[in-house]
Amino acid sequence: MFKDIIIGQYVPGKSVLHRLDPKIKIILTLAYIIMLFMLKSPLAYAAFAAATAALIALSCINLRFFLKGLRPMLFIIVFTAVINLFFTPGEALASAHVFRWTISVTKEGVRMAAVMFYRLVLLVTGTSLLTLTTSPLMLTDGIEKLLSPLTIVRVPAHEIAMMMTIAIRFIPTLAEETDKIQKAQTARGADFSSKNLIKRIKAMIPLLVPLFVSAFRRADELATAMDARCYNGGSRRTRLHESHIGKADILYASVYIAVCISVLALNAV
Amino acid sequence: MIKAEHVNYIYQPGMAGERQALFDISMEIADGTLNALIGHTGSGKSTLIQHFNALVRPTSGRIFIDGTDVTDKKTDLREVRRRVGLVFQYPEHQLFEETVEKDIAFGPRNLGLTDEEIKERVHAASAAVGLKEKYLSRSPFELSGGQKRRAAIAGVLAMNPEVLILDEPTAGLDPRGRDAILDIIKQLHAQNPRMIIIFVSHSMEDVAKTAEYVYVMNRGRLAIRGTTAEVFAEGGELVKMGLNVPQVTLLVNRLIEAGIPLPRDVYTVKYAVKEIERLLR
Repeated sequence: MFKDIIIGQYVPGKSVLHRLDPKIKIILTLAYIIMLFMLKSPLAYAAFAAATAALIALSCINLRFFLKGLRPMLFIIVFTAVINLFFTPGEALASAHVFRWTISVTKEGVRMAAVMFYRLVLLVTGTSLLTLTTSPLMLTDGIEKLLSPLTIVRVPAHEIAMMMTIAIRFIPTLAEETDKIQKAQTARGADFSSKNLIKRIKAMIPLLVPLFVSAFRRADELATAMDARCYNGGSRRTRLHESHIGKADILYASVYIAVCISVLALNAV
Repeated sequence: MIKAEHVNYIYQPGMAGERQALFDISMEIADGTLNALIGHTGSGKSTLIQHFNALVRPTSGRIFIDGTDVTDKKTDLREVRRRVGLVFQYPEHQLFEETVEKDIAFGPRNLGLTDEEIKERVHAASAAVGLKEKYLSRSPFELSGGQKRRAAIAGVLAMNPEVLILDEPTAGLDPRGRDAILDIIKQLHAQNPRMIIIFVSHSMEDVAKTAEYVYVMNRGRLAIRGTTAEVFAEGGELVKMGLNVPQVTLLVNRLIEAGIPLPRDVYTVKYAVKEIERLLR
């Protein structure tokens, strides 16, 4: 069960999106999210969806990975849409009487539900585009670079990035360990699949205690190892693979921004 | 009796990491025997033993414990796990309670025994592994490496298993700790005439000192099997598989090559001394 976790969802590849500089990708993803909430006209919505589809095609990543990313969010998306459908005041299209309440679906409700559904689906898809095409290491590198101007106001950019890198690095290790602990406790008759919720939560204790003990031990050992090699923060540290913003990145960003402006122009139509 | 019939196991079938870990394993282990399972890291030892208590299901093939098919989906797996006790390599993976006593009681409690019975089991099990009473009220995290291992073994013994499997019980212990654990294994064997004991090891010295029967795994296959003497007589094969043959076996093999008439199955220093003495006389 734990062995199947895909870390950071990254799907290795050689597409244009994969080769882009992570800084550019992060900024453009932020732009994407802002865009999503600035759309107004149906035409703009359609154009933006088409642009997203083009990006998915450009990433050369199988559509099922995007769907897999949507699955855990499905409940929230449907829930939000349904709430909007029934609880938006306006011109009633249909109504039903349940006990003393009148439940009605309004024209505005249908519109809101559709818009919320659209926004959430594209929000997840758009951010998936970033995480699917960028390795966790590149991602943290990008975040570190983007945060680095903030070091002036004492934001520990390097340390934040380092912590993220370490956290990502230890996910598979801890997943493997969880698997072993689970097996060891199952061998002693522990039942992790009980239908009873309270029993199931109780069953987690024999799993979590050894896991936490081991995580703290590993953290301690890692700290000692880093200390032994005289690691100290980010001062004048160089990287093995420096990322640079190249011509391709600038070209991509320009096209991206141009598309965004065109889509916004459609809002007025 | 444990019986495996043509067991194959493929890790992550259909995924990028697909790899066959076990190839056509067939074996029978008789009641009341003390067995060692040896092999290089990654030879499939740990995977095989996890099949015996149904923690892992074979891709194909069947495994029987006293005639009960543990690979059958209808078999009560909890009962299988009670009968086949498995102690994992690192006690850190199972110790979690506030006190050693409570931790050893975890298994019997899961079996739904009464407090009285549990207490009895805990004390019997800790006595069997030589864990002194005074440790029972301590935290398992305060124990030394060897004591942690004893507590972990006791935790499985307290379920009164018919088969006791220990994965690398001596790994990471100093020579005295190793000998102590091996002595416990021998004692358990002597005191439980019907119990099957299997211990996984990659130390041939440990195996030579302890086991009656030896199964050698190599790249997912059962390469050699037999009594300890029979297996050690194949010294050359073992070396080829990258296993460390006891030094005394290496010495005797050299002497045989040099034309000195010694038996091939010498694997303990005591036996070697006796044979060499006999020759010199």
